Amino acid sequence: MTDEPPVVRVRVTGPRGGRPRPMSGASQIDARTDVGDIYMRALMRTQLRLALGVTAVVLATIGLLPVAFTLFGGFGTTTLLGIPLPWLLLGGGVYPVLIALAWVFVRRAERNEQAFLDLIRPK
Amino acid sequence: MSPAYGITAVVLVSVATLLVGAIGLRISRTTSDFYVASRAIGPSLNASAISGEYLSAASFLGVAGLILARGVDTLWYPVGWTAGYLLLLLFVAAPLRRSRAYTLPDFAELRLESQPARRVASALVGLIGLLYLIPQFRGAGLTLSALTGAPTWVGAVIVAGVVVANVVSGGMRSITIAQAFQYWLKLVALLLPAMFLLRAWHHDGGPTHGLHLSDWVEPLQGHYALYLTYSLIVATFLGTMGLPHVVVRFYTNRDGRAARRTTVSVLALLSAFYLLPTVYGALGRVYASDLIRSGRTDSVVLELPHRVLGGTAGDLLTALLGAGAFAAFLSTSSGLVVSVSGVLSQDLVNRWFDGVRAFRLSGVAVAAAALVLTALSSGLAVAHAVELAFAVAASTFSPLLLLGIWWRGLTARGAIAGLVVGGGLSTVAVLAVMVGANPIGWPGALLSQPALITVPLAFGTMVLGSKLGRRDLPVHVASTMVRLHAPEAVDLDRGTFHPDRRTV
Repeated sequence: MTDEPPVVRVRVTGPRGGRPRPMSGASQIDARTDVGDIYMRALMRTQLRLALGVTAVVLATIGLLPVAFTLFGGFGTTTLLGIPLPWLLLGGGVYPVLIALAWVFVRRAERNEQAFLDLIRPK
Repeated sequence: MSPAYGITAVVLVSVATLLVGAIGLRISRTTSDFYVASRAIGPSLNASAISGEYLSAASFLGVAGLILARGVDTLWYPVGWTAGYLLLLLFVAAPLRRSRAYTLPDFAELRLESQPARRVASALVGLIGLLYLIPQFRGAGLTLSALTGAPTWVGAVIVAGVVVANVVSGGMRSITIAQAFQYWLKLVALLLPAMFLLRAWHHDGGPTHGLHLSDWVEPLQGHYALYLTYSLIVATFLGTMGLPHVVVRFYTNRDGRAARRTTVSVLALLSAFYLLPTVYGALGRVYASDLIRSGRTDSVVLELPHRVLGGTAGDLLTALLGAGAFAAFLSTSSGLVVSVSGVLSQDLVNRWFDGVRAFRLSGVAVAAAALVLTALSSGLAVAHAVELAFAVAASTFSPLLLLGIWWRGLTARGAIAGLVVGGGLSTVAVLAVMVGANPIGWPGALLSQPALITVPLAFGTMVLGSKLGRRDLPVHVASTMVRLHAPEAVDLDRGTFHPDRRTV
């Protein structure tokens, strides 16, 4: 082999010596390393725990209403401002609860994502 | 009553819808405009549009009718239809937007990396869309017949015609503006007459006869009431996330954060609307209880102004309600036809026709099929018919989305098995109810509200089927999870999947 490519001189410009810079979380995730995997699983676990927590609140309040109506017969006949309590709850009372839970969830989910971003973004 | 006001109202709403659609036509040019309005829609407009699309014949007419007929237990319908958006927000909204899947079959293909899974999902979108269109068309016929005395098929044909004209001319952008407009129209059309009716009722001395029957006013008085209520809760809470026209809407959000914020606004808009059907149901009990005996409770909303107020005021308010009802049929049917024809044109019609033409042809075919099915199926309360579509969605796409987004272990085989089991069982129940089967005892309860059985079975089948074939895990599941869950603000490798757009 005679026609080898000519040798090209390259100037080394990187920082000399010292320890290599650690990979950012984002590059770890892109490289599918174990550390990157841990970052992703942690994000998913936090968000899932939040979602399940809010669901538990829904089930323990609105979701238990039918059971409460069955167990406590008086529920059906109690009135407030002339309106039976079940009508008041199902016809209007549950809606502010749903909206409030949604609002709390969005704030916390966004906070979780911000924490994730702060963790993995290249410094 | 004079039909002139009613006809004017229906014509006005239809023309307004077509006009808004025509304005949209001027700004939507390319295929990607047609499909997703180029994703340039702000959260508040989008929230109005989602709500406008979601509030169907069932919400506008059907819920009041059910409340009139069966009392407090039916209040769970609107509660469930709203809470469904909360669950969608908690588990699905942001990841689904981040998936960049435009349809549920897109999501199935992205997550499961399987063409068979995609095709099963497409078939289910078609099925749920048709089930949902039938009560819309029937409600339209009922409304026009109450307003003008026309035969019931006329209203169904008019709605189908306007929807097709609008969908094939403007695609989704026009629909978005029209849908947003229709939310506010529906709210005003239900709110204003309610205020007049309540004033007249107060003027009458606030009569309460008919309101004190214990099996109407007290919860859980009927047979199997606890089972039926919880089954309804499962179907509505989980079904919302699996409705084809709801999912498509999330693609029009800018990013995952916007998708979440839009959903919170949707919850507020729906809550405001759902305070109203109860008023009509309860007033109907006082002034129109004969509708229960004649089996026409679905038209209570339209009948009340006449019975309570009469005269020109009654005519005008009836016309306003008719306009709102037509807005409800038009917006929900448009959304359904857009999303089902989106799926059909991508997976089926695309083989023979190109982009925009495939989309238009699919729209015509879907509307025609739904018209035929409306003519074939027998009478069933509008709200219950819609709820059965929710039961199928809850038994199929809800486990697919929840497990697919949050559990890496879901495989194509497990998902398909679950879709077939959940979709098959719930569809059998729905068809049985639609053709009029009404067995006594437990079988009847199971058929009329199947979700409490079929949803856990679908979940169980998906998990079991996936565990049995662990080595079939999709190859790129790690990339998919990054795509679904990582915020867009950071630049990451999210895999290469792009929804199949051969024509764009």
